[in-house]
Amino acid sequence: MLVSVEIKNMNSLLNIENLTKAFDGITALDRFSCDIFENEIVGLIGPNGAGKTTLYNVITGFLECDKGSITFEGKDVTKKPPHKIACCGIARTFQDLRLLKRMTVMENILLSFQHQKGEGLYNVFVNNKEVLQQQNDNLERALSLLDYAGIKDKENNLAEELSYGQQKLLSIICCLAADAKLLLLDEPIAGINPEMRERILEIIKELPSKGKSVVIIEHDMDFISHLCDRVIFMDAGQKVSEGTPEEVRNDPKVIEAYID
Amino acid sequence: MEYLLHILILIGIYSILAVSLNLLVGYTGILSMAHAAFYGIGAYVAALMALRLDSPFILNLFLAIIGAALFGAVVGIPSLRIKDDYFAIATFAFQIITFSILNNLVDFTGGPLGLPGIPQPEIFGFTVSTHIEFLILVTILAAITYWIANKIVKSPFGKVLKAIREDEIFTHAAGKNVFAYKVKIFMIGAGLASIAGVIYATYITYIDPTSFTIMESIFIISIVIIGGAGNLKGSVIGAVVLVALPELLRFVGLPNSVAANIRQILYGGLLVVFMMWRPRGFVGEYKMDA
Repeated sequence: MLVSVEIKNMNSLLNIENLTKAFDGITALDRFSCDIFENEIVGLIGPNGAGKTTLYNVITGFLECDKGSITFEGKDVTKKPPHKIACCGIARTFQDLRLLKRMTVMENILLSFQHQKGEGLYNVFVNNKEVLQQQNDNLERALSLLDYAGIKDKENNLAEELSYGQQKLLSIICCLAADAKLLLLDEPIAGINPEMRERILEIIKELPSKGKSVVIIEHDMDFISHLCDRVIFMDAGQKVSEGTPEEVRNDPKVIEAYID
Repeated sequence: MEYLLHILILIGIYSILAVSLNLLVGYTGILSMAHAAFYGIGAYVAALMALRLDSPFILNLFLAIIGAALFGAVVGIPSLRIKDDYFAIATFAFQIITFSILNNLVDFTGGPLGLPGIPQPEIFGFTVSTHIEFLILVTILAAITYWIANKIVKSPFGKVLKAIREDEIFTHAAGKNVFAYKVKIFMIGAGLASIAGVIYATYITYIDPTSFTIMESIFIISIVIIGGAGNLKGSVIGAVVLVALPELLRFVGLPNSVAANIRQILYGGLLVVFMMWRPRGFVGEYKMDA
């Protein structure tokens, strides 16, 4: 297993500076700073309660930070609401697996496309060729995404009828439909079978070649070492260590944090 | 015959109310207790315009829709920021406030005495006055309401509403402005409900605040739930059942005083029965293919 250490052409996609977030005195994020570059896969690891999911929630606008700034593609996105951030090109999955459970697989994907003209109220009553064209294009893209993910036969099933692993896969496919430049995945393989794990791994692996960056929260170190160019270790809301998976794994501070 | 037509007209009015409320409760998953308030606002706007300004029916209808939709924004923008049960309570409060205003603003609304002598609708020189004519009018307006609602729920806009019902956070993360969608559909629901109010006011020719109480809101919610939340046909079926069923009591030979009270028991009982054994109502769907 060889991980390329040299960081690619150093184009920062997401820049986080001194992010701080406290809940009633408990500091979930403590002056957290990091950069995510273009076309890389970064692992975000740390013990439970380290603030990993909080970081996602702050980046995607579900929580407001107390201090600090978030810059995405050179634009300040600090304290923007979730839908604006999603439109900027940041997509996420949820640890507790959110999907439109009682809607079909196809509908889940179709909803995830951005900038849909047909979603405007005006276009409900006006038959606009442009809108129809866009809907048809989206339908085709959705079909090819399903094909790519290997769940084309499930197109008309309700999302809740899929296996747990397929649902997790679907949530990643929804991020792809959003055509986001940055994907924030929260435990994408926790609790799923090895076969599905392989499939998800393959899909994530290919993302940098498609111009996308990925941040993965995962406790499975094997999976992280396989995929990630870089790993950030968090504890108590702070960045404790950063480097290749090897480096982080052998960092005394990391070992200490786990023993504590 | 007149009696039968009267029942059919009421079914038409309640179909409009239930279909418009279904957009909120059934499709977007926001439980509004204020639907009777918008129904009332429609009725009062049309009645006051006709009585004070003698303005034509079509204009009154139009202004009632706009007025109710604007009230919808006034109520919706603050209250849609809060979630679930709290939203229901906020709309409940608005419902009570509306009743109080209608009841106490005596100079303007006539207070508890109501507004008598509302002129019947005149459309392009033709006065709608008989039962059959009203039935035709209400059918046309109910059909238009249904068409609009159907168009909305089938569109990508409607898909976003359903997505909000299913998982608000997922939908928000998918880049949809959940709050704006809710406000828009709340305004549409309010506007459409006011159509029923306009018909009611011009049909009965007399309105007072007691027609637009919280009980009325609950009755409309019952229609939506028993008919089937998330299905427009269900709302029409619900209106037929809940409006027609109590009328049958008249023919069982019960004295009027008893029959009136049994109505309330019947509604409550039906709601309990449906909640326990068929929570999706007659044709409600949480299955797809709306």
